[in-house]
This record gives sequence, C-alpha cells and structure tokens, in this order.
Amino acid sequence: MRFKKFNHGTIERNVTLLFVLSLLVVTVGGIVEIAPLFYVQNTIEKVDGVRPYTPLELAGRDIYIREGCYACHSQMIRPFRDEIERYGHYSLAAESMYDHPFQWGSKRTGPDLARVGGRYSDEWHVQHLKDPRSVVPESIMPAYAFLAEKELNTRNIAASLKANRAAGVPYTDEDIEKAAVDIRIQADPNADTEDLLRRYPKAQVRAFDGDPTKLTEMDALVAYLQMLGTLVDFSTYVQAEENERGAR
Amino acid sequence: MSSAITIPIYLLVALAALVAAAKAVEPAYAVHAFIVMAACFGAIALTIRSMKFASDGTLLRPKTDDGRYQDDVVRAGVIATVFWAVVGFAAGLYVALQMAFPALNIGEYGTFGRLRPVHTSAVIFAFCGNALIATSFYVVQRTCRARLAFGGLAWFVFWGYQLFLILAASGYILGITQSKEYAEPEWYADLWLTVVWVAYIAVYLGTILRRSEPHIYVANWFYLSFMITIAMLHIVNNLAIPAGWSGKSYALFAGVQDALTQWWYGHNAVGFFLTVSFLGMAYYFVPKQAERPVYSYRLSIIHFWALAFMYIWAGPHHLHYTALPDWAQTLGMVFSVMLWVPSWGGMVNLLMTLEGAWDKIRTDPIIRMMVLALAFYGMATFEGPMMSIKTVNSLSHYTDWTVGHVHGGALGWNGMIIFAAVYFLVPRLWGRERLYSIRMVNWHFWAATLGIVLYVSSMWVAGIMQGLMWREYNADGFLVYGFAEVIDAMWIFYLIRALGGVLYLAGGVMMVINVWRTICGDLRNEEPLARMPEYDARKDVPLGPTAAQPRPAPAE
Repeated sequence: MRFKKFNHGTIERNVTLLFVLSLLVVTVGGIVEIAPLFYVQNTIEKVDGVRPYTPLELAGRDIYIREGCYACHSQMIRPFRDEIERYGHYSLAAESMYDHPFQWGSKRTGPDLARVGGRYSDEWHVQHLKDPRSVVPESIMPAYAFLAEKELNTRNIAASLKANRAAGVPYTDEDIEKAAVDIRIQADPNADTEDLLRRYPKAQVRAFDGDPTKLTEMDALVAYLQMLGTLVDFSTYVQAEENERGAR
Repeated sequence: MSSAITIPIYLLVALAALVAAAKAVEPAYAVHAFIVMAACFGAIALTIRSMKFASDGTLLRPKTDDGRYQDDVVRAGVIATVFWAVVGFAAGLYVALQMAFPALNIGEYGTFGRLRPVHTSAVIFAFCGNALIATSFYVVQRTCRARLAFGGLAWFVFWGYQLFLILAASGYILGITQSKEYAEPEWYADLWLTVVWVAYIAVYLGTILRRSEPHIYVANWFYLSFMITIAMLHIVNNLAIPAGWSGKSYALFAGVQDALTQWWYGHNAVGFFLTVSFLGMAYYFVPKQAERPVYSYRLSIIHFWALAFMYIWAGPHHLHYTALPDWAQTLGMVFSVMLWVPSWGGMVNLLMTLEGAWDKIRTDPIIRMMVLALAFYGMATFEGPMMSIKTVNSLSHYTDWTVGHVHGGALGWNGMIIFAAVYFLVPRLWGRERLYSIRMVNWHFWAATLGIVLYVSSMWVAGIMQGLMWREYNADGFLVYGFAEVIDAMWIFYLIRALGGVLYLAGGVMMVINVWRTICGDLRNEEPLARMPEYDARKDVPLGPTAAQPRPAPAE
C-alpha cells in the first residue's frame, strides 16, 4: 500500500473535520495557561489579613461595578519604583482572591485605587464624589452627587453573600443570616458592632457619609474605598516573602 | 414553525418576563424584563403580519429575491449595520468629549462609566457583529451555491441578536453590568446570546452541508473558526452565580484566575470577533471587488491554522507585571510576538490579491477602502506584538496608547472593510445599477482616514507622554509630576481625538445617506471619479531606445 501524502483538500471537503480541528487548535492555549493557575502555589497562597468583604463593603463594591469605575481606575500596582512610591506596596494575588469578578482594570485615566483605603478622610471622599473638581481642579471624573441621596438597597444582600459563597468565598451561615443587620450597623456609630468586628477583623465602623440617620449608597461606596488595600500588614508580609526566598 | 405554536410560546415568555419584572429587586432589572416582554409582543405582531402578507413585497423583500439565495435577512443585517454604526460612533464621540469636558457627564445615567460600554458594545457587537452575521449569510450562500438552511432560524438569529444588543446597551445605562470588559451583560442576557449563537452556527453549518460546491471556500473557514471560538470564550468567561432572582450575579472565578480568564476572552474577542472573522469577510469581498483570484492558496492555509492556534495564547500580555505568574506573562508575550507572522501572512495574501488591479486604487474608492483596511490591519498587528513586549508594555499599559492602538485596528481595519463590504452589497442586494454616489464614497474615505490619523496620532502622543510623566524622577530622586498634573496635560490630545471622532462620524452619516438613496433607487448625476484616457494606438509603444519602432499591430 502506498503511503498517501497529507492533502489539505480532505479538510476542505469535510465540514465536520474542519469544525473539530478548528475547535481543537483554539482550546490548547487556554488550557495550558489558565488551568495551572488553580494549582500553582503563588496564585492560590493565603496571606494573613485577607478576609471576605463585609456586607456593606460588598454593597459598595457592587456600586463601584455598577458605575463602571474600573473603566478609569486600576486596582493593580505593578512592582516598579514609581508605582510603589505613588500608590504603595505592589499588589499580591491573594489580595483579590475574594474578588468575584476581579477589578484590576486596564486603564488609568484616574489613579490606581488598590491602596486608596485610609489615604483620605471620609469627608474628602464624600466631597470628591459629589463634586470632584471642588477638591482636584484638574479632575475629569464625573460627579456622583446622587449617591448621597439614594438609600442603599439592602433587600438582596443575603442572596449576594450566598452567591459569593457558592463561588468559593468562605462566608459562614452566621454571616449570611446576619447580613441584613451587619450592613446597617457598620454605618451606625452607635450600634453594637463587637460581633461584626469578630467575624470581619479590621472592618471600619462609622457613618461614612457623615449622616448616621440614613444608610445611603454613598456610605457603602466610601466604606469600600476606605478598606481597599488595608487588610494585609506589609511589615510582616515582606519578612515572610524573604524567608521563602532564603529557603529556596 | 407554524404560528399556532410560536405565538403561545411568545405569550408564555412575555408572562415569565412580567413575573420577573414584579420580582426584580432593583427597578433597572424590571426595565429589562419589560424590554423582553415588548420583544415578545413585537415577535407576535411580526408573526401575524407575515401570516397575512407573506407574498407581499415589503422593504426587505423586493422583487429581485429569485429564490436561489435567501437575501432578505442579509438586507436587514446591512440596514442594522449602518444604523448601529452611527449609534456606536456617536456614543464614542460623546464619551471622548466627556474626557475633554467633564461637565458633559449628566446625572446618574449619563456618566462616562455607564456610557463607555455602550460605545464599545455598540461598535464591537452591534456594528461589527451585525456586519459579520449579514456578510457571513451572504458569503456562505454564494461560495456554497446553496440557499440558507433553516431560513426562519436565520431570522431568529437576526432579531434575537438585536434583542441581546438592546438588553446590553440599556443595561449599561441602567447600571446592569458584570464589569468584565467587552463581556458586561448579565447572566440572563448571556444565556440568551448563547441560544442565538447556537442557532447562528446551526444555520451556517446547515448551509455548508447543503453546498453544491465540493470545496469549502477559505472565507468560510475563517467565519466558522470565529463562530466556534466565540462560543467557547463567551461561555467560559461568563460563568457566574446569580444572586437569588435579582438579575445581579457574581463571577464564578476570582482574582488572578478571573483576570486571566477575562483577558483570554478579551484578547480573543479581538482575535476572533474582530480579526479572524474579518479576514473571512476580506477573503470574499477583496477578490470580488478587485476581480482577481486570491494570491496564494497555500499561504491562506498556513496563516489560517497558525492564526487560530496562536491567538489563544496571547491573552496574558494584558496582565504584564501584575500578580499573574511570570511564566504565564512570558508565554503570552512570546506568542504575541510570534503572532506577527501569521497576521502579516493574511495581510500579504490579501494585498497581493490586488496584483494586476492596482490601478483601481485610482478609480475605485471601494478598493481604496479595502487597501487602507489591510494597511491598518498590518499596522495594528505590528503595533500589538510590539506593545506586548514586557519592556514596552511597562510604559504603555494603563495609558491612552492602548486606546490609540485598538482604535487603529477598529476604525482602520474593521470599520473600513465593513464600509467597503456595505458599498459592495447594497446595489447588489437591492438590485440597483450602482450606488447613489461613488463620489460620496470617496468623501467618506477621506473623512474617515483623516479622522483615524487624528485619533491615533493624538493617542500615541498622549499615551507615551502619560507613561513618561508618571515615571519621571528629578535629580533628588523625587517623582516630578502629581497624577492630576498628568491629567491636565492630556486636555489638548483629548480634544484632537474628539475632532478625529467628528470626522469619522461624518463619514458614517455620508454612508447612511448614500445607502438610503441607493435603496430608494436614486442615482446621483455626477462626474466619474477618474476618467481613463481614450485608447490611442500610436501611443501604445514600448519606452526606451526602441521607441522609434512602433510595435506591430495585433492580428485582429
């Protein structure tokens, strides 16, 4: 039997073959690059301090997504001298491990926000969101004054926590049960928040928009912005990293 | 399907939408449910109409439809393409102006953050997507010499896709988004698109199976690869868990895994939605308009398989120097650089197809648009690999350079080749002698070209300037510029960019007028674009020293 040379015409005459081969060639790259990320050590490592979002922070994050903030603000500091001096320690994979979906962004029309938490006062944030050019004259950011007027919709918060848990965020039954209460008391300086702080260490409790009588979308968004990048203590983290390097 | 079955189905879906509207947590989701309900009533109205007036001539069914090919859905697709072109360009111009004049951010629903995805989706999915569906249905029938399989399903693809687009665009304005760039619509819209896409593949494959040509023409390989890959990317990247019945969802993956999945999707949306599929378009329309065969059959085979294989690997170049592991970044970079070769393989093959027809650049503005499209394709696929090199990317990432890069590709390559295809199709689809005005096509060409030049060059300067200013240190080792100072320096470039947008939009409006008048059957009385000199036998002699001896006249 004579060995027949490969002829591309065979593929051109058989649509099933063309379909299957086209599918095969496009699957390889994705599998090789994405699948290992679920197993490789430095993409799944846990870092001390990183915890799931409190219900109020999660609601603020939902507003951040709703308004498309990611279109102009990144949350990913690269390991360059200028970025570290401008924004803080470079971002770790673990810091976005509970981000469904991630908010790394792709454009810096405005500055990076990965570590904006604690850099400005609540009053500054509220004023800046209401009228950006009143605090930064060069700013081209839209004004979000309506956030201070709109009451925060808390009807669905338990379902949001549940969906996050289904996606792998370790919320406990207690967290989900108390979500509707937690979301209110975090913005209420007079409430008893001991239990909230036990379950969500380093959570900040106060009237973020300055008005303790009303829970607004502004409260939620500022609560989210003020916690960004504040969970990991880098004085101890750096040491752990050096130790690991030494061991290698 | 008989209307006795479809009408009750539409009614049931409408009822389900009403229930969803009543249960919605946020009013925004209720608006979406009402849109679905309205679409059902629209479908019922259409069904009833077609029952009564099936044999009647309407706008989409003129006399020329002789039954050999089903072109009514292609006609609808061309109209949709032209419509969404203007919507997408206008939205783009508006968001560009918002960056120069922030006062244009109006209230809750008119902010840049909400309008920007309206622009990107209107251009990528509405303008380019409709052009792809329409041209693929046109091309597959001609190259297979077969009528569309499942003609009714083709109409479902068309209207189903428009419903998806309306849900997407209205959703962004109302604040419904998953925040994944170019995959913003929520889970229910994603599921709907999956259904529509499967129907699209069924119509397309069915038509190929009915072909009376033994060979499947090269354009169809590209279209098919695009459909398969987009289905895979769309499903994996949109895996999400709905939060109750509220309409809102949370992505299945988080952090670094989600980031790479997103840019595996995002880069290949560019690779397959805006490149591979458009090569399919070019492989039909360029040879047809030039009346020349494709330059190299072998080259088309090699660059097809190489492109399809390599594109998928390039996603990580969107995540250079992030928390993504180094090996993945480097792998993405290497494949991105290699991708330059098969990309240029396509450009060379299509440009060389014009061999022997280059004179048409002078006389035919449609050919001119095609050549410019291929030139921009070549430029963008050189610039892309260059920007994927980590050192270059450290400067260019997060800046307006990226914005300039994608617009070079989108305005230059995708836009121009679609305009050329639309101008090719309209007289043929509506049975007209020629376009209303060829000179207007020429004006469109120049307005668009000038617009692109202003856009891309201003964004290059802006982007490189941003990158350099952010990392500028003074002699004492301090950062020289505050972030706000860099924003301030961008104003003039944002203004020039918007001016480029005005020109590009003006070209789009010219296209609307030209297409509309052509459909109406009007012919503009105009001078031809270039007058070829009359043939003069005495002048037809070789140049050089032998010029004194005239060549013997041909024996005829």
